[in-house]
Amino acid sequence: MISKEKKVKNKEFHPNILCFCCNWCSYAGADLAGVSRFQYPPTIRIVRVMCSGRVDPAFILEAFKDGIDGVIVTGCHIGDCHYLKGNEFARDRFERFREVLKIFNLDKRFRLEWVSASEGKRFAEVITEFTNKIKKLGPLQAI
Amino acid sequence: MEKVGAVLVIGGGIAGIQTSIDLADSGYKVYLAESTTSIGGVMSQLDKTFPTNDCAICILAPKLVETGRHENIDILINSSIEKIEGEPGNFKVDLTQRTLRLDQNKCTGCGLCAQQCPIEAIDFFNEKLSNIAAISVKFPQAVPLVFSIDKDKCIGCGICKGICKVKAIDYELQNKEINLNVGAVVLAIGFDEYDPTPLKQFGYGKYLNVITSIEFERILSASGPHSGLIIRPSDGIIPKKIAFLNCIGSRDRKQGNDYCSSVCCMYTTKEAVIAKEHMNIIDPTIFTMDIRAYGKDFDKYIERAKDEYGIRYIRRRISSIKEIPDSKDLKVYYETGNGKIIEEFFNLVVLSVGMQPNQQAKELAQKLNIQLNEYGFCKTETFTPVDTSRPGIYVCGSFATPKDIPETVIEASAAAGCVNVLLSEARNKLVSKKELPEELDVTDQPPRIGVFICHCGINIGGVVDVPNVVEYVKTLPNVVYAEHNLYTCSADTQTNIKEKIENNKLNRVIVASCTPRTHEALFQATIREVGLNKYLFEMVNIRDQCSWVHMHEPEKATAKSKDLLRMSVAKASQLIPLQEQEIAVINKGLIIGGGVSGMSAALNLASQGYEVYLIEKEDSLGGIAKNLYRTLENDNIQEYLKNLIKNVENNQLIQVFKNAQINSISGYIGNFSTNINYGNNNKSVDLELGIIVVATGAKEYQPNEYNFGQDQRIITQTEFEKDLFTTDKVKGVKSIVMIQCVGSRNEDHPYCSRICCSEAIKNALKAKEINPKIEIVILYRDIRTYGFKEKYYNLARDKKVIFIRFDETKPPELNIKNKQLKIIVNNPDLGEIEINPDLIVLSTGLVAPIKENEDLAKMLKVPLNEDKFFLEAHVKLRPIDFATDGIYLCGSAHSPKDLRESIAQSNGAAAQAVKILSAEKLVTSGLVAVVIEENCIGCGSCLEVCQFNAIELIEEERTFEDFTMTILKSHINPALCKGCGTCGAQCPNSTIVIKHFGFEQIHAMISALLVQS
Repeated sequence: MISKEKKVKNKEFHPNILCFCCNWCSYAGADLAGVSRFQYPPTIRIVRVMCSGRVDPAFILEAFKDGIDGVIVTGCHIGDCHYLKGNEFARDRFERFREVLKIFNLDKRFRLEWVSASEGKRFAEVITEFTNKIKKLGPLQAI
Repeated sequence: MEKVGAVLVIGGGIAGIQTSIDLADSGYKVYLAESTTSIGGVMSQLDKTFPTNDCAICILAPKLVETGRHENIDILINSSIEKIEGEPGNFKVDLTQRTLRLDQNKCTGCGLCAQQCPIEAIDFFNEKLSNIAAISVKFPQAVPLVFSIDKDKCIGCGICKGICKVKAIDYELQNKEINLNVGAVVLAIGFDEYDPTPLKQFGYGKYLNVITSIEFERILSASGPHSGLIIRPSDGIIPKKIAFLNCIGSRDRKQGNDYCSSVCCMYTTKEAVIAKEHMNIIDPTIFTMDIRAYGKDFDKYIERAKDEYGIRYIRRRISSIKEIPDSKDLKVYYETGNGKIIEEFFNLVVLSVGMQPNQQAKELAQKLNIQLNEYGFCKTETFTPVDTSRPGIYVCGSFATPKDIPETVIEASAAAGCVNVLLSEARNKLVSKKELPEELDVTDQPPRIGVFICHCGINIGGVVDVPNVVEYVKTLPNVVYAEHNLYTCSADTQTNIKEKIENNKLNRVIVASCTPRTHEALFQATIREVGLNKYLFEMVNIRDQCSWVHMHEPEKATAKSKDLLRMSVAKASQLIPLQEQEIAVINKGLIIGGGVSGMSAALNLASQGYEVYLIEKEDSLGGIAKNLYRTLENDNIQEYLKNLIKNVENNQLIQVFKNAQINSISGYIGNFSTNINYGNNNKSVDLELGIIVVATGAKEYQPNEYNFGQDQRIITQTEFEKDLFTTDKVKGVKSIVMIQCVGSRNEDHPYCSRICCSEAIKNALKAKEINPKIEIVILYRDIRTYGFKEKYYNLARDKKVIFIRFDETKPPELNIKNKQLKIIVNNPDLGEIEINPDLIVLSTGLVAPIKENEDLAKMLKVPLNEDKFFLEAHVKLRPIDFATDGIYLCGSAHSPKDLRESIAQSNGAAAQAVKILSAEKLVTSGLVAVVIEENCIGCGSCLEVCQFNAIELIEEERTFEDFTMTILKSHINPALCKGCGTCGAQCPNSTIVIKHFGFEQIHAMISALLVQS
């Protein structure tokens, strides 16, 4: 039987974070973090998409609805997009979407970051920092 | 002798990579010989690239992987050429492949050996700024990903041999002889950085805080020796004041090389900008003679560096620097405009070193029997820019002349274009095509998922409890089989996977191992070999993104692996087979513009047997070259042009339409159609074509400055050239003033026209030749005689042509008093100077034909840049293509360029075009977006975000009960869709399905993230 149950332990809070990576830059940056052995907390679960422009705000709402504690969307730096402007559309879209998240007081649990294929260290730092932030915020209470 | 359909490319930098991909994509077997252990060249070492600040490895790595995977490319690392015999079309080449001391075919690149190796060696990739193990890989993204042993450092302890699970290491492995039979050879060996050690005055090697620009590039890199932290060598503190010294080893007739290295002004600016971006407290100063920002959008970059980043440019060449013994700071002396000597201190000095010939150049030239030029670079001619002195052997990139990345890529494609012409009859003779079984239809079957989990030696297995994960995976829905492998990527495991698919009737396969970026294609090919659609595959990254980043938390890494696999199983259950569509190709090309570029592209294609339509708006071919007589290097342009036109007009396969006008263009790659009017009678014709080349050129700026048109003694450089080469008027002239940058680099045209400095010097030299007593003064802002053109700048100065610089804020003024021409120029150092010439020659730049370009861009649905030149797909790596497939760009339509560069780019455009024309059919990717039309409301949101013109709104007649109306439906052309998925996220009605990354699949992954069994 499969049952929905949150992984919140009594003693220490280990957040569950959903991380979207674009195939060309940030996923490669995440790989480089590994190759360079930059350690970060085992809190994120990466979903690879071809472009950050693919990420539909609906996915983020759904994640929060399911009880995921934080969502981070990563892509190429502005100007580096493999598909020319996908990340720009993502940026614009999520700027608007952040306003929606504010209504539910979820905006602090969402982040958009640009990570290049050479920024393995930065990837690890971004994840560590975001994890700490979510830890401070505590587990997501049911909306 | 029969022609051989194989090509040897020597040098695996960006030039060699591009040529290899272009040739392999158009039906030739390619051997890519690289002297080090990985392809990638200097570009792989760069942090960012100008003028867009693109991350170099982000854009290069996909090319590396593409080259590594290409079925028609064999990469021969650690190789050098021994001997070559034969003739164009059929050469025999002997190579030596130096031993890596391990078996390249066995090494999986897992890296265990490097972790255990007790010996440190110098990391040459990081410019000796850090150490690596004596057994190592060149850089993390290396292709092929194999390790090698530094034989000078290795102590033969045998630890690596003991730990290597695939038994790849063999100290006794000897060098290997390789014998190849190829039709052509392309040389792309690149350049060496100038070594400033002999220039004692700069103290490189002696003063700790004097470094070279390539060392600084590694320091800037996030994957460099200090992870992108800018610290200076002597004490590890952040250097607040950095001085960049330009022209180290370049433009130096006494000590270095007298040519210009073409790239240093720009990369220095880039390094200064990036340093400032990294740490705002850094205050960079660039010491330079001229600022040679002559490329497309380069001047804008310099302006931004000055205005936005506060980069200080000082127009002085520094003669020497001194170290302060205690602080290790550096003292630099220079003279100000009013003659005052200034002493300034810097915390770090970066020497912007130029390019010099590759140290292998001489030996290689001897072995291949090709000529080098006076500087030791490969000798080429203006009208055949990629031909070496030996037929059948071509050259590209900075082995021919110092050049930047886009120009290198252009030449690389040009070399491929010329090989195409030589070997077209042998095309497709040596490339292999795998016979595959017919695909199994699994659409109605319930998912039967097989999971293969990799230990990667102990890379994964040492952290993650792999057997435990396997047991867990077996409990997940739809999983019917799971196992673990020591190396899932090894050849024997591929056979094993195929057996397991057949025995267990698997219809979805998951591999949990390393990264899909390098290994997905391998496993997709494996499952396809037993009839499974390749899109029924998912990969889980439990090494790079799990075991390697959670090395000290094995339990949590195991739990994460389980989570990732559960998400992947959820997605795999939702996967459907995707079809790659085949599109027929019309094997004819359309070339727009009958100048040198258009004609060169047309001839290239026609000589490979393709029909070409060449359209020209004027009543004769030749374009702007009709007004040119000689090049700076004294090549006869008119003679060349006459022959070119004759060859085009006599070619049976080229149909020329003059006085032509395009009315419409529609269609997509492989299947365009156009309607044109042409000829004196304005006849109309419809044409069908597979590709389009834009070669519409540029036109000379018609000045309204300096009383032009009102006084016959004030003429343009083109008019002067005509007088010089067709009359003897100049014999009666005593003095001439030439004014540079008229109508260029100003508010209206904020770009450099690139050719005017050379044109002025060419004409000045010719005038001096005819009339040695003539006085010539050239008023300039920067003299941009890049590359070997610098020689003529020197020559002009030797011939007493006077060069006076003026500042952009104080351009020269013209006064005419009593019919006497008077020019007043304000030099920043010398103040006001008055000259009374007989003749004023205005160097007017090139401008884009705005109206024509706008109309054409609209019809082709391609973009223009701010200056109305056509905008390529990617400034660095796709300088010939548009984002829209099947349309290519060459010549001055791209940006102002000289004949040599235009000819190169048109051959490059032909090389891109031939990839399409030579294909019987094109295969589209299965990863595309599809509109579910019944739910589409025709709002057009998707259209706005698509950068590839893949989407159009189609009108449909809909009949309702009592009325009919026209509604709009979005339609996505799979031939043009790149599968980025942006439209899917933009669609307000969620009615666009992004194949493989669709709502169902991503939804399934998110839902599975928290579910526990």
